[in-house]
Amino acid sequence: MTSVPMTQSSAADRDAHDGPYLQVEDLKVTFPTQDGPVTAVQGLTYSVEKGKTLGIVGESGSGKSVSSMAVMGLHDAKSAQISGSIRVGGTEVVGLSESKMRDLRGNSMAMIFQDALAALHPFYKIGGQLEEAYLVHHSSASKRDARRKAIEMLDRVGIPQPDRRVDDFPHQFSGGMRQRAMIAMGLINDPSLLIADEPTTALDVTVQAQILDLLQDLQREFNSAVIIITHDLGVIAEMADDVLVMYAGRCVEYGTTKQILTAPEMPYTWGLLSSIPDVSASTDARLIPIPGNPPSLLRPPSGCSFHPRCVHSDKVPGDLCSTQLPELLPASSGTAHLKRCHLADPVGVYQSEVLPEIAPELVDELSEETR
Amino acid sequence: MFAYVVKRLISGVLVVTLVSIAIFLLFWYGPSSPAQPICDRETSNRCSAAKLEIYERTLGYDNPVYEEYGKYVKGIFVGRTLTIASNEYDCSAPCLGLSFRTKQPVKEELVSRIPATFSIAIGGAFLYLLFGVPIGVAAARRRGTVADKALVSSFLFISSIPYYLFALLTWLYLTITFEVPFFSDTGYFPITQDGPFKWFSGLFLAWVALGIFGCTQYTRFTRGAMVEALSEDYIRTAKAKGLPTRTIVYRHGLRAALVPVVTIFGIDFGTLLAGTIFTERIFEVQGIGWWSLEAVQGRDLPVVQATALFSAVVLIISNLLVDVVYSVLDPRVRLS
Repeated sequence: MTSVPMTQSSAADRDAHDGPYLQVEDLKVTFPTQDGPVTAVQGLTYSVEKGKTLGIVGESGSGKSVSSMAVMGLHDAKSAQISGSIRVGGTEVVGLSESKMRDLRGNSMAMIFQDALAALHPFYKIGGQLEEAYLVHHSSASKRDARRKAIEMLDRVGIPQPDRRVDDFPHQFSGGMRQRAMIAMGLINDPSLLIADEPTTALDVTVQAQILDLLQDLQREFNSAVIIITHDLGVIAEMADDVLVMYAGRCVEYGTTKQILTAPEMPYTWGLLSSIPDVSASTDARLIPIPGNPPSLLRPPSGCSFHPRCVHSDKVPGDLCSTQLPELLPASSGTAHLKRCHLADPVGVYQSEVLPEIAPELVDELSEETR
Repeated sequence: MFAYVVKRLISGVLVVTLVSIAIFLLFWYGPSSPAQPICDRETSNRCSAAKLEIYERTLGYDNPVYEEYGKYVKGIFVGRTLTIASNEYDCSAPCLGLSFRTKQPVKEELVSRIPATFSIAIGGAFLYLLFGVPIGVAAARRRGTVADKALVSSFLFISSIPYYLFALLTWLYLTITFEVPFFSDTGYFPITQDGPFKWFSGLFLAWVALGIFGCTQYTRFTRGAMVEALSEDYIRTAKAKGLPTRTIVYRHGLRAALVPVVTIFGIDFGTLLAGTIFTERIFEVQGIGWWSLEAVQGRDLPVVQATALFSAVVLIISNLLVDVVYSVLDPRVRLS
């Protein structure tokens, strides 16, 4: 098991218990299927403090959502085997009884989903769905209290005329308003941990920015720990303090947002950075996609999961990449920065081969600095 | 909503009119003269050409078809006097004609048979919903387990038996082989004349046959709809809110799964109300279904005409109700 050094935390940030609010250690999630067990997540270790945001990036099927669903206890116990440790506010939730888990869900920790149209019940009013979320954790509250709270939350997330819109059905809301309502529902019980699973994927770009701003405002207000799951590095740059890059169910790089975006040391992260379109770049600038497809988790590649798609594996002596899984080790840029790669000189490769392709103007700056 | 219902009622009336025209024309232009059945009956199958001519003339079958259809429709609204051979019969509104066999107004017999058919339909539907929906929910929750598979395959087996055979076997085993006490004397006994117990015991086996058969179908409908509903994103949301399992399954899952089930039920129930021929015949219930069967066998044209029209009206009304209920159940549906 590899352990991740805790990100720097001031004493003021600490909750009643010691350490970060969410601590995940050596998490492994396996689904038995007819073709054999599929290990969707393994050896995953991370932590999030209150007031901080962790971004989890990766392709579809990399285990981003599966690991967060495990935190929320949303996997069907019959179809998912979960091992390792997940501590939410000091409570171990792996193996926690369903009724205790229910007390935490929607209360201490909440999750907001992508595609709010599908995630909200089409037959119940927005207000009713918010009230339900409130009442289930406030058994002494009256229906009227719940309604007042629902209107207050809708107002807080920027729904105009919340006292009227509270009686609308989800289909009467626009896409952005539905996602706001979803966020309002997630935050109605003032959770200490909020997991946002691709909260902006189904929205158009201008609305995306509004929703991200809203999430940041609310985080500042509620001082909650936030996990944002995305495949959009733009969202990461905007929102996250720390970044966890996942590939084929494993963490392949972990560090502060600055470290990951400016000095990445894992070829998969380079690939993610290379495939972002840049508005300011010239129109004939090339997008460089990562070749190949995400691996099958049923029969994962030997050695480093990324080696079949890695264009830099020839720089590693022998067939190390295809035979041995690299350890998650500290990178050269700092102690909190971890990477899972055999490359001996990732910084050199990045600066000489990757950076000129994706951001030539930065190469010049870099060379000036070194001069 | 109100405007929609009015619009649908108007189009319903139009459909009933078209159905009545179609039925009228079918008999009018059928292979034999429409007067042939009654002539045969009245003359003990010695219907000569001259006698047939008398019947045709008195029944108006020598007039143009639109004229007679007009009289038929007028009779429905204001009543009419019908002549068969030399006798005159009074038929008050709504006049659906006279039965060729009994010479009684068809409407009166129709009205007298409605309670039997409705008793069967309501009791059977009550039973199959009472068992079918909860079993379907239970199966969906245990989806993929041995219990679920055994249930689904055995119910599929039952519902692949033709219904008439199933009902016949139910009757045969329960009344002849096992002689179930109290319930073996099947038939319709009006609750007002024979009391509730006789009414209940007479119809009980018919309800059981209809209930078991319908239950197998409604279990499958409900299970399918429920499996689909439980895999929706909003169920995951409900779980993430920390709701108890019962609330998730019933308030969120079943609420959504009921919509398709209610739709099928509306159509099904309308069909039952229009007359259950097999059930009524096998369990000797004097309802509309059996009556129409007898009318076909006895070439009692006015009765066949009336029962066909009755089914059309019942089905149109039940379809309208389904649409209205649908818009109440699913707020996304706006009637216009």
